[in-house]
Amino acid sequence: MNTTMTFREAVNLAIVKEMEADPSVFIFGLDVPDHKRIFGSTRHLVEKFGSRRCFGTPLSEDTLTGVALGAALSGLRPILVHIRADFMLLGMNQIANMVSCLRYMSGGKCKIPLVIRSVIGRGWGQSAQHSKSLHGIFAHLPGLKVVLPAKPQDAYSLLRSAIRDDNPVIFMEHRWLYDVTGLVDEELSVPLGKSRVIRPGNALTVVCTSWMNVEALKAAEILARRGVEIEVMDVRTVAPLDETLIVQSVQKTGHCIVADYDWVFCGFSAELAAMISHRCFGALEKPVERLGFAHVPCPTTRPLENLYYHSAVNIIRTAEKMLGLSETDLSKDEFFSYEKNFKGPF
Amino acid sequence: MRLARLAAIFILLFLMISKEEALLLYRKLLLARLSEEKIRELYPQNDIKTPVHLGIGGEAIPIGVCHCLPQGTKFFGTYRNHTLYLALSENTDVFFAELYGKVTGAGKGKAGSMHLTDPEHGLVATSAVVGTTIPVAVGAALANQYHETQNPSSFAKASADRKSKIQNPKWVVAFFGDGAMEEGAFWESLNFACLRRLRILFVCEDNGLAIHSPADDRRGFRSVLEATRGFDCHGASAEGADLSLVIQQTREMMEQMSKTPKPGFLHFTYFRFLEHVGPNEDFDAGYRKGLTTEERAKADPVAVFASHLPSLGCSHAELKAIESEVKSQIDRSVKKAQTDPFPSASELYTDVMI
Repeated sequence: MNTTMTFREAVNLAIVKEMEADPSVFIFGLDVPDHKRIFGSTRHLVEKFGSRRCFGTPLSEDTLTGVALGAALSGLRPILVHIRADFMLLGMNQIANMVSCLRYMSGGKCKIPLVIRSVIGRGWGQSAQHSKSLHGIFAHLPGLKVVLPAKPQDAYSLLRSAIRDDNPVIFMEHRWLYDVTGLVDEELSVPLGKSRVIRPGNALTVVCTSWMNVEALKAAEILARRGVEIEVMDVRTVAPLDETLIVQSVQKTGHCIVADYDWVFCGFSAELAAMISHRCFGALEKPVERLGFAHVPCPTTRPLENLYYHSAVNIIRTAEKMLGLSETDLSKDEFFSYEKNFKGPF
Repeated sequence: MRLARLAAIFILLFLMISKEEALLLYRKLLLARLSEEKIRELYPQNDIKTPVHLGIGGEAIPIGVCHCLPQGTKFFGTYRNHTLYLALSENTDVFFAELYGKVTGAGKGKAGSMHLTDPEHGLVATSAVVGTTIPVAVGAALANQYHETQNPSSFAKASADRKSKIQNPKWVVAFFGDGAMEEGAFWESLNFACLRRLRILFVCEDNGLAIHSPADDRRGFRSVLEATRGFDCHGASAEGADLSLVIQQTREMMEQMSKTPKPGFLHFTYFRFLEHVGPNEDFDAGYRKGLTTEERAKADPVAVFASHLPSLGCSHAELKAIESEVKSQIDRSVKKAQTDPFPSASELYTDVMI
């Protein structure tokens, strides 16, 4: 059954379905059951499942990550929620020293079915401590799966797969995506570790994570007006990475932009560019280009923030250079602006 | 000295520890002590390629605490975990195999000394990062509460419900050193466990040293036990060299926790006989003083417990027989570990994920 819903509703529905299906699934974290409900993504849960299975916590990210691990080792399926990925850094000791390696250190004697959800990305002047993505850092650690959905269907299906997975999964949701709507097939199951072409094309491949898919689709739409079809590839799961589909696409187009929602230096985009350059060496007509955050802490003021983040415009201009095209007139185009549907406080 | 001995004998009688039970406990003390003495002997050969944090002087704490807890209890420990591992499993084959990096070891050689686990016997996790297993233990206690309660309107009510309804309550024990109390994770864990009234026993094994730093250089609080007083938990403090005292304190704490469902905090002091890591004494390093012969006898859990045993009717010959049986068990295990195979190359990539 296909239903139109927002990304936030899709996240919520996935949790409801899994909590209904499996009594060992529970969800917790600071403010999970408060009146705002983590951007609305945890709506109805406490009413439906009670405070045993949906509860708020003290401000103790380090310990709560360990608590989630201990519960997972004891046969439960915890979902720990952070309203900012930046706060996950307080739980980094547990993530990097315990969650990711305990199974290995025990010689495979334990399983860790644990999901850590976190909200990432740009909002309303979020500055340096409320805007990080960090998926590259988590994907760097062996033993973790890292998922960044960009469509309501993927938010729904991948979260259900994440909750059912017997390994620790970091699930990262861009806050601007919560209002994005799309058709969701409730019966559709999507395994972790598969990328997807979300718009086919033959001139150039844009490999995207998270919000950059929205920007790349806009860029593709504008370039299509002049007959340039670019292929938009949603990585969806950073770890484990599905190289096959990406390689197939770049071998077809011969051009690749990696548009990652993170810093470029030592980031996931470097991993992708290296992999693509290695595996598609003969097919590439130009070096792989990378787009990502400016290499500074995120500034607050809007003019600098606009320079810090990349958008559809940067994808269009980079594609034009790579393909030897003149600059498209963008003076009449409207690009995404958060101001249009939001006025603070965050 | 004589008075202390009389008091200890009184405690043993009071605890109704039978001769058989006492001999079992003595065997466990020896198994831990002699295994570690064997490591000290073998370590210079460089075939045990893993840092060893030996627990000589602290054996009575894990052995005593584990003795009191029922089957099904989950234990969490530190990198100084040999006694805890052996107290629970008594399996010297798997223990030495792990130290030798063999595929037959507790973690197929991927764990080494610092990460011994034995989920089958309740040892869920140990860790080389101080304080790191405490929150994980709290998570296990939360899981027990989750299974034991339906839909609590409050955690106080939940624990009251549990008290009246739970037939075989499940326990969790978190062992950690005194240094862990300088980590945020300890206080976060204590706070969360008290908030949720979890059935968890926090056991602080206090040797007054964090590697080489004495307590006075590290603590902004006057007393370990007093520092926890603001939290809604039970608390007690005792010397940890005397196994009978450890058992008494643990039993009393468990009774209190059963009467009034709250976490328990047990603080035991002990003397670390050896260097932080490695097989040697380090009294010549200058950062701490050694013990006199008389002090040594009082701080040595094996000697202290052995001195009580004759009063329970254990003969010298019986103790010697246990010692020789334990020694040959250890010798057999070492020989087996030395000849067991290393993991194959394909093992490098297994056990990361399911």
